[in-house]
Amino acid sequence: MRRELGALIGFAVGALALLVLAPALLSDFRLSLLGKFVCYAIVAVGIGLAWGRGGMLTLGQGVFFGLGAYVMAMHLKLADAGPSGVPDFMKLYGSGEVPGWWEPFRSPVVTVIGVIAIPSLVALGLGAAVFRRRVRGAYFAILSQALAAAFAILLVGQHATIGGTNGLNGFRSFFGFALYDPVNKRMLFYIAASTLLVVLAIAWQLYRSRFGELLMAVRDQEERVRFLGYDPANIKIVAYVVAAAMAGVAGALFVPIVGIISPASVGVVPSIAFLIGVAIGGRSTLFGPAVGAIVVAWAQTTLSESFPSFWIYFQGALFLLVVAFLPSGLSTVASLRRRTREAT
Amino acid sequence: MDAVLGQLFAGLSLGSVLLLAALGLALTFGQMGVINMAHGEFMMAGAYTAYVAQNVIADAGVALILAIPLGFVVGGVMGVVLEATLIRRMYLRPLDTLLVTWGVALILQQVARDVFGAPNVDVRAPSWLSGSVDLGITQVPAARLFILGLAVVAVTGLALVLTKTALGRRIRAVVQNRDLAETAGVSTRATDRLTFFIGSGLAGIAGVALTLLGSTGPTLGSNYIVDAFLVVVAGGVGQIKGTVIAAFGLGLLQAGIEYSTTASLAKVAVFALVVVFLQARPQGIFSVRTRSLA
Repeated sequence: MRRELGALIGFAVGALALLVLAPALLSDFRLSLLGKFVCYAIVAVGIGLAWGRGGMLTLGQGVFFGLGAYVMAMHLKLADAGPSGVPDFMKLYGSGEVPGWWEPFRSPVVTVIGVIAIPSLVALGLGAAVFRRRVRGAYFAILSQALAAAFAILLVGQHATIGGTNGLNGFRSFFGFALYDPVNKRMLFYIAASTLLVVLAIAWQLYRSRFGELLMAVRDQEERVRFLGYDPANIKIVAYVVAAAMAGVAGALFVPIVGIISPASVGVVPSIAFLIGVAIGGRSTLFGPAVGAIVVAWAQTTLSESFPSFWIYFQGALFLLVVAFLPSGLSTVASLRRRTREAT
Repeated sequence: MDAVLGQLFAGLSLGSVLLLAALGLALTFGQMGVINMAHGEFMMAGAYTAYVAQNVIADAGVALILAIPLGFVVGGVMGVVLEATLIRRMYLRPLDTLLVTWGVALILQQVARDVFGAPNVDVRAPSWLSGSVDLGITQVPAARLFILGLAVVAVTGLALVLTKTALGRRIRAVVQNRDLAETAGVSTRATDRLTFFIGSGLAGIAGVALTLLGSTGPTLGSNYIVDAFLVVVAGGVGQIKGTVIAAFGLGLLQAGIEYSTTASLAKVAVFALVVVFLQARPQGIFSVRTRSLA
């Protein structure tokens, strides 16, 4: 009962901070920056589900983030080009014709479905292949990382059809709303912030459910769950697919807010970087991953502006110290305090 | 015919680089189950060792020959320090080790950037390695042949250590059953530390070898680390022959697919093939059979 109340208070505070305080206090520029961090936070909620609750160290969330982002970016490019028009970069580098696999994304409906469905299907494919064969732990981590590496390399190689290293950028409108208009940029922030709250609510309900209990059981004692008659593979696949879908949605929101998606934000390094906020916030808590992701992204922007080399040392040290000595993140500190209070 | 032979050699050459990079990983991952993401940075340290050696010793050939044992020691010492300070505390949390060593890798890269500068540096190949060698049927670059030879020597050396020496016997015992080895009086602590020294030292040697193929930069190691891990996963842990077969297999596959398509598609295809292969053999090509469920 107390936990329910805690979660509800958390949602109320989150909604107040994101939907009321932030838009009232922050400049347009800062608000758009916060919107970007909110996208990272959505990815982090998924990682919390897969890694914190499910024990699957996924080092390839950048792939799903990227799939969602590129699907959205392709639609925005096509929409900017107009009906049966050709995106600008294709005229520059490519044959001047739109490849067949771009065509479906002219439709906004297909795009919105694709943003969720395509990352989910990729995760389903890899998850089914990997978890059914009981490949797990470090092996899974390595495979998910190799997936991120392969995906980034694939994107870099396709200069004429998907923008290569440059990625896709220069979007002018988002489903008919002009992106240069500050009002529409604010609207994007509201969409991202509401999505984060919805994603958190989904995670909350999953954690409260029987599925959530099973997922934690699989993390802690996979064989025992198997002996009880459940199939751990199915449980893990569901969590992995949900995490992938969350990353895909985050990517799709990232594109209009930030205005660019390139292989540099989907490869091995950004995929691991997603983890740090989750680790700091507390990987198995409900709000920890999202809060951690926002705080780390904010710290990175502030610190790396003034001291770029210092930020890398700081990031490395954070990984090292938090994971080694505070495995439950900063939320450990809170639970330690609660324990001491109850003891006295 | 020439093109096929050339591609075949390219595959073997890539395989030997992968083998050098993955050999040490297979050793430490096989024995301790920890994933050392800083392994790539030990390679980078080996490469910079070669660069420093060349700046101290004028003769490029002597510098290179000296850099190989030096690189081994530099990589090995870094490995032991990492093991003693961090990894030792985290044997029960192998997945967390991955993230901790990733943090170490980030720091080491930045140290390299601050010490040697962000732009890449070049190590001159000695004159006897800069040309190409006529093998009768085809011409191959001497440097690549040298690396192939170095990989063969490294594998043979490691195999001899593992099968013929007392240390090797202890390592194999710990890999097969850590608790039983401990009970039988093997100091698993000391064995772990030595294994880490050898494994990280091999990364140093790999780094020295890589200076012959291209320029040296702070991210040299991270370019190879994913491929090296893929080799370890495909090859299975605990036995060198799995790593050897997987390294050359992946190298040949990559070169072969690259020949008919492009390098980037080849990478994706190789990854897909590894996942498919794991369907058939989830534990890799070879694995030590145990009764454990995990």
